[in-house]
Amino acid sequence: MELSQNKKSFSINMVIIYILCILLALVSIVPFYIMFINATRSTPEIQSGLALLPSTHLLSNWNVLLDKSFNPFKGFLNSFIISGGTTLCAVYFSALTAYGLVAYNWKLRQPFFTFILCVMMIPAQASAIGFYKFMYQFGWTNNFLPLILPAIASPTVVFFMRQYLLATLSTEIVEASRIDGAGEFYSFNKIMMPIMMPAVATQAIFVFVASWNNLFTPLILLTQRDKYTLPIMVSLLRGDIYRTEFGSIYLGLSLTVLPLFVFYFLLSRYIIAGVALGGVKE
Amino acid sequence: MRRKGVSYAKYGYIFCLPFVIIFLIFSMYPTLYTAVIGFTDMKGVIPKPVHLLDNPFQNFRDLIFNNETFRKALLNTLLIWIINFIPQILLALLLTAWFTNNRLNIRGQGLFKVLLYMPNIITAGTIAVLFSALFAYPMGPVNSFFHLMGWSDAPIFFLQDKTTARGLVGFIQFWMWYGNTMIILIAGVMGINPVLFEAAIMDGATAVQTFFRVTLPSLKTILLYVLITSMIGGLQMFDIPQLFLQGGPDNATLTTSVFIYNQAFRGAYMYNRAAAASMIVFLIAVVLSLVLFYFMRDRDAAELKKMEKMMKKAAKAAPREV
Repeated sequence: MELSQNKKSFSINMVIIYILCILLALVSIVPFYIMFINATRSTPEIQSGLALLPSTHLLSNWNVLLDKSFNPFKGFLNSFIISGGTTLCAVYFSALTAYGLVAYNWKLRQPFFTFILCVMMIPAQASAIGFYKFMYQFGWTNNFLPLILPAIASPTVVFFMRQYLLATLSTEIVEASRIDGAGEFYSFNKIMMPIMMPAVATQAIFVFVASWNNLFTPLILLTQRDKYTLPIMVSLLRGDIYRTEFGSIYLGLSLTVLPLFVFYFLLSRYIIAGVALGGVKE
Repeated sequence: MRRKGVSYAKYGYIFCLPFVIIFLIFSMYPTLYTAVIGFTDMKGVIPKPVHLLDNPFQNFRDLIFNNETFRKALLNTLLIWIINFIPQILLALLLTAWFTNNRLNIRGQGLFKVLLYMPNIITAGTIAVLFSALFAYPMGPVNSFFHLMGWSDAPIFFLQDKTTARGLVGFIQFWMWYGNTMIILIAGVMGINPVLFEAAIMDGATAVQTFFRVTLPSLKTILLYVLITSMIGGLQMFDIPQLFLQGGPDNATLTTSVFIYNQAFRGAYMYNRAAAASMIVFLIAVVLSLVLFYFMRDRDAAELKKMEKMMKKAAKAAPREV
């Protein structure tokens, strides 16, 4: 008697859980679905109401979009160079720093970690004005380097990797490679990096996304049109020149979202797997 | 056999050196520089000789006491962050509890995780412009939908209403970030020693009890991380308010970052005022994080660390005697 009651409330719970999850999934998808559909519709069609199926105005929207000097391919390339460089710098040097913090016993180790915790708190905007002025005097505006190099010091990535290393690093491995005569850099590159791969992959994805989506720093540093990143290009769509061209606005947005969708659905498995592996198991 | 006294300590310094150098050049110096600019009269596009102000704190005083827009920006930032964070952490915790509960064994978890995280991967700027198009007036998808459902007779100008606009910016932030928070929390739960859960089951704990007594306390550090990163992210909120409504209507979605950007790179190029505003935001971030660390510090861990130190000292002393 009691058992069947329990079972009943359990299945009601399950229904609620599934309904909420499906609703949340729909809320994630629908805005993008509308965007892709509207990218193929003319402005009058869009203003006349919703549609679930694509229309036939993709090409005319495309022409209007390109007419107004919107170059998504260039933007994609620029974004890719910056985000790729940023990710490599952030992941490699953060792993190095984290390893230095965990594997070696040095005098300033604890103070340095406290220092990293403190600088983690510094919002990027705190230094933005000085950073801009500094780069301006240095002649590095409209250059990708000031967008890439600072990633070598990524406190949050170091923090995360240190947590991971603390849980996974065994002194035996380090000792063993030393006995085999491996240098410290060699053992880091050949032995520790593979062990840290789950953490590296997860962090790489987060860093790449953060860099790809960054608007603030590129916006203040890059003023030449051929240096624009995708987010800056998107901000152009908000401008007056597209005021009534809803079809091409949606198309422009779709073009910036499409590569991300491909990237994401190819890598999502690794994100979830990376997250699962990132956990500590004894 | 006596071990050769090789010290590896220097590698600790070498491995951390690139971080330090880059940090000093690209973060420390610009921050100090920003602080200095905050005390000067630096403004305008054309470089002019820059002087320290007679009253060094003039910019700060003007901002705090005479600049209503700045105060409004601070308040907006706080409001929007709260609107976004409270539902975000609650929903993320709820989903984490469900997804990690073996007894529920939710099917399609992988797919749900992928879909719920998805908005986070899309450029915030794109999402801001997308939402401004979706909420377009007089005819946009949302208005069409309201009309279809019979919820509204006439088109609604959503983005003109201050409360709605602020709520929408908060909602977009929430929508973009709860999946990310959930994934981090799930990773945290995965990291908890499974023995703890087994013990809880053996002791006959319910799912709710297990969540509050085992999962949550073990997640403390991760929750701290989520809270701090969300706070810093909230203080830097720029893309969505800037591209969604350009801080409008009537400055209702003007955040501190949009304010700083407008002061420094629009119109009057008031670098000094923008720098002073950045420093105020910076100080707020510092104070908030200190408070957080204080309240969430783990007393047991501190005790343990002390013990560990003593043990280490003892261990160091031991080999010498041999």
